[in-house]
Amino acid sequence: MAALLEGCFNLDTDEVCEIKPEDVKQELIQKYPVKVARKRAKQIVINKVDECGQVPEIQSNVRTIPGIITQRGCTYAGCKGVVLGPTRDIVNLTHGPIGCGFYSWLTRRNQTRPNGPDDHNFMTYCFSTDMQDEEIIFGGEKKLRQAIQEAYDIFKPKAISIFSTCPVGLIGDDVHQVAREMKEKLGINVFAFSCEGYKGVSQSAGHHIANNGIFTHVVGLDDTVREGKFKLNLLGEYNIGGDAFEIERIFEECGITLVSTFSGNSTIDQFANSHTADLNLIMCHRSINYVAEMMETKFGIPWIKVNFIGAEATAKSLRKIARYFEDQELMDKVEAVIAREMPAVEKVREEVKARCQGKLAMLFVGGSRAHHYQELFAEIGMETISAGYEFAHRDDYEGRRVLPNIKVDADSRNIEELEVHPDPTRFRPRKPAGDLARLQEQGFRFKDYDGMMAEMGDGKLVIDDISQYETEKLIEIYKPAIFCAGIKEKYAVQKSGIPMKQLHSYDSGGPYAAFRGAVNFYREIDRMVNSKVWSYLKPPWEKNPELAAKYAWD
Amino acid sequence: MSDYSSPYISTTNACKLCKPLGACLAFRGIEGAVPFLHGSQGCATYMRRYIISHFREPMDIASSSLGEKHAVYGGEANLRQGLQNVMKKFGARLVGVATTCLTETIGDDVPMILRTFKREMAEQGTAHQDLPAIVNVATPSYSGTHMEGFHAAVRAVVEQLAECPEDAGRSAAVNLLPGFTSPADVRYLQEIMADCGIPVIVLPDISETLDGPALDDYRKIPDGGTSLAEIARMGCSRATIELGRTLFGHESAGRLLETRFQVPLHRLGVPIGLRESDRLFEVLQLLAGVETPEKHVLERGRLIDAYVDGHKYTFGKGAVIYGEEDLVIGLTSFLLEIGVKPLLCASGGKSGRLREAIEDVNDSILPELPIIREGVDFYEIAEEAESLSPDLLLGHSKGYHLARRFRIPLIRVGFPIHDRFGGQRVLHLGYRGAQELFDRIVNALLDAKQEASPVGYGYM
Ligand code: SF4
Ligand code: SF4
Repeated sequence: MAALLEGCFNLDTDEVCEIKPEDVKQELIQKYPVKVARKRAKQIVINKVDECGQVPEIQSNVRTIPGIITQRGCTYAGCKGVVLGPTRDIVNLTHGPIGCGFYSWLTRRNQTRPNGPDDHNFMTYCFSTDMQDEEIIFGGEKKLRQAIQEAYDIFKPKAISIFSTCPVGLIGDDVHQVAREMKEKLGINVFAFSCEGYKGVSQSAGHHIANNGIFTHVVGLDDTVREGKFKLNLLGEYNIGGDAFEIERIFEECGITLVSTFSGNSTIDQFANSHTADLNLIMCHRSINYVAEMMETKFGIPWIKVNFIGAEATAKSLRKIARYFEDQELMDKVEAVIAREMPAVEKVREEVKARCQGKLAMLFVGGSRAHHYQELFAEIGMETISAGYEFAHRDDYEGRRVLPNIKVDADSRNIEELEVHPDPTRFRPRKPAGDLARLQEQGFRFKDYDGMMAEMGDGKLVIDDISQYETEKLIEIYKPAIFCAGIKEKYAVQKSGIPMKQLHSYDSGGPYAAFRGAVNFYREIDRMVNSKVWSYLKPPWEKNPELAAKYAWD
Repeated sequence: MSDYSSPYISTTNACKLCKPLGACLAFRGIEGAVPFLHGSQGCATYMRRYIISHFREPMDIASSSLGEKHAVYGGEANLRQGLQNVMKKFGARLVGVATTCLTETIGDDVPMILRTFKREMAEQGTAHQDLPAIVNVATPSYSGTHMEGFHAAVRAVVEQLAECPEDAGRSAAVNLLPGFTSPADVRYLQEIMADCGIPVIVLPDISETLDGPALDDYRKIPDGGTSLAEIARMGCSRATIELGRTLFGHESAGRLLETRFQVPLHRLGVPIGLRESDRLFEVLQLLAGVETPEKHVLERGRLIDAYVDGHKYTFGKGAVIYGEEDLVIGLTSFLLEIGVKPLLCASGGKSGRLREAIEDVNDSILPELPIIREGVDFYEIAEEAESLSPDLLLGHSKGYHLARRFRIPLIRVGFPIHDRFGGQRVLHLGYRGAQELFDRIVNALLDAKQEASPVGYGYM
């Protein structure tokens, strides 16, 4: 250990750290029992990008080892909390005992902006059937039916969705049948999700189940075609800290019409109408790519990967959109917006960069943010020395090119793959095939994502589903200037004397997306990594023992 | 309407948390302990997040991470593997295993699995001192709230670990079972006991484990907590003080110590406000055999002085109190002393004891009891409160929407507090806690008055 650390306390100087990633990896796994170590070795990878952009294989989306404290949540959390939660006008009813619902009660800080006082907003509510002994023994369908009726009587929502927690699957409640009955009875949309927590290895399974449900029960219900020349959907943007608001602002200035967002600041009507858009943008590839794929097959909407985290990335994404539409007016507008926004960004960036240059960051979070936020750090000269996702799959690390090679294990087979066909009347190619081919020839990439690793340098440690133990080790070895993860990791990291930024809830800060968001983030990181507070940890008499001795002597 | 009949089937905005969360909190107050949830990992992750957002401290909860296969065939293998990993990497001295709704529904026989596990570990030559103590508690959330989980875990710890060898005499120590209070409260109780010269074993002791100092080297398990040696000696203590009126008549940890080891039990309400604190000091005098130390007598005197000075601000105001039952009881008792009229006392818990306890603490101060509702959610609390026009709310952060709706101040107490800073340091208990609560209440009322004043007076 000591040898490993040598030469690394000098991070203040420009000297590159002498730590060898191979040694670090060894250090991380050597305390594990043999079997565990073998498994973890496949999930801890030293990055190397070859000349064709190929990266090493990393094992991911596999079960967490029991007793190892993980960042991951459950399928229910991914389905209810992540994907459906940010929609304001659906009554989200948790079918199960009270805890699961309580803990997913507006904890993600997804913001929403109702269109007036009469607009429904249930996001501050938490609905649950609060199962008791009787239901566990005799079944909970009756109570579920009554709860739906009650929610309808009191709130008159447009839609009610039902989320199953662990016990529901075991006692055999047929939530889908109840949903069908109540839909018939009440005349509103009622749909259910079999998203029992144990189903998948992480939240990720819940995302997939949510995608399937929303696609089956909502997308395509409303064929009204909205005004607008450049119509698109923004998928996988959940409006944490108001990110979606900032992106909406930019779109508006560019003359882009946002038909729907999945699912930040969203409504059920937007989902119902989303198939009328002409392009799908994907922010978080992990949580939502299924909807994009299904919409393409059924309705003919192409999708592209974008990233609005980072000022440069935002500019790049806007240009990509303009290029897709091949419209000079839009291209000009986009350029004008970028030119207008950038000076303010640059000014802060330069100022902050001077203080942050060369410092190390680590990011272990989610299924896309650990990648996206590397852009922001790079913009202020900080290096991401190690990163990994909490619930991503291989394609989010290695790029979609590995999709055909991903082994389907029992856990993935659990989650239904919907069979989708082109809609006989509503499938409409958004561009003539020739145009698409030409764009592609010119290097425009549809339905593609390179993943995190291709953009990280060689020798960086990529770690999937990092454990509490590995986190501590990593911090001990590298002493990074900042560590990014979620609230569960926050205080443990800070107890090691390292500032910790939450990238799930943003520590109640934000927005961090697009141009103004970038400025907010630069300032926030500057504040954190240049804070003096850590220097007060040792009292003066411990820092200068001779002083204490002197007092004693006097 | 009876206290617990609800016209509603569903629960909208619950005023309770789930059972294993309480158990994890209790285990966290034991030295070297790692709480462990037997179930799928989501529950552990959710609870960690919730506890952390209140205390702003690390909180590890291990999980057996069950999947679909285990939901069908049982979770034994995962539980065993999980325990081994926790032992290896955390060096835990105690693993507190609580079940979840999933494993309770499957019907895993956890005590049996643990017995086999311990036996096998011993057979494999794991030395006794390397094997952590393993305590288990059944915590299905479909019956009971986080408070039942908390008390069940404390009881399980005592039941499975407390001893008193035949030949051992009574020790000078007194067991103190404070229930779920804040770290600041526990620290203060310890100070009181020390001042009275009574050696004390507080179980659980979250004073440091959930409110620790900044460090530059992280410890996997925080310092502090009740030590296993102390717990083992609890059977020999000369008395137990157990706080919480809902526990009266229950098979609680205190009762167990009394029946199994003949440790005399003093049951008291949670000492909030003057009268309930007086009751605690009375017992302490008895146990210490000396008068209450001057320092605390002075604090008591200052509190009464404040009651007198502030009475004109508090008198005649009406309050809605919600949260854990024992907290509600204590706060109600306190409000009665300061002239604030409790209008509604509500809880998501339903021990069946709330009315009786409030009757007791009212002690004929009010001719008519406030409205008392057990097993309610915030939807019902709001409905009830609507016609009561309260001036003030007392409870945790989840009542914020009520405060916003009625445009009245919310005095944040208890758990969870995630929209204010310092929830772990809120002092509720004793004369000192009453003083702090009183100051906060008076100032909140003054603030509201000043805000509403068209002139903007500077003297209030
Ligand atoms: S399943 Fe039970 S133990 Fe788990 S979070 Fe839900 S209520 Fe709590
Ligand atoms: S019971 Fe299941 S659904 Fe509920 S929090 Fe736990 S793992 Fe998730």
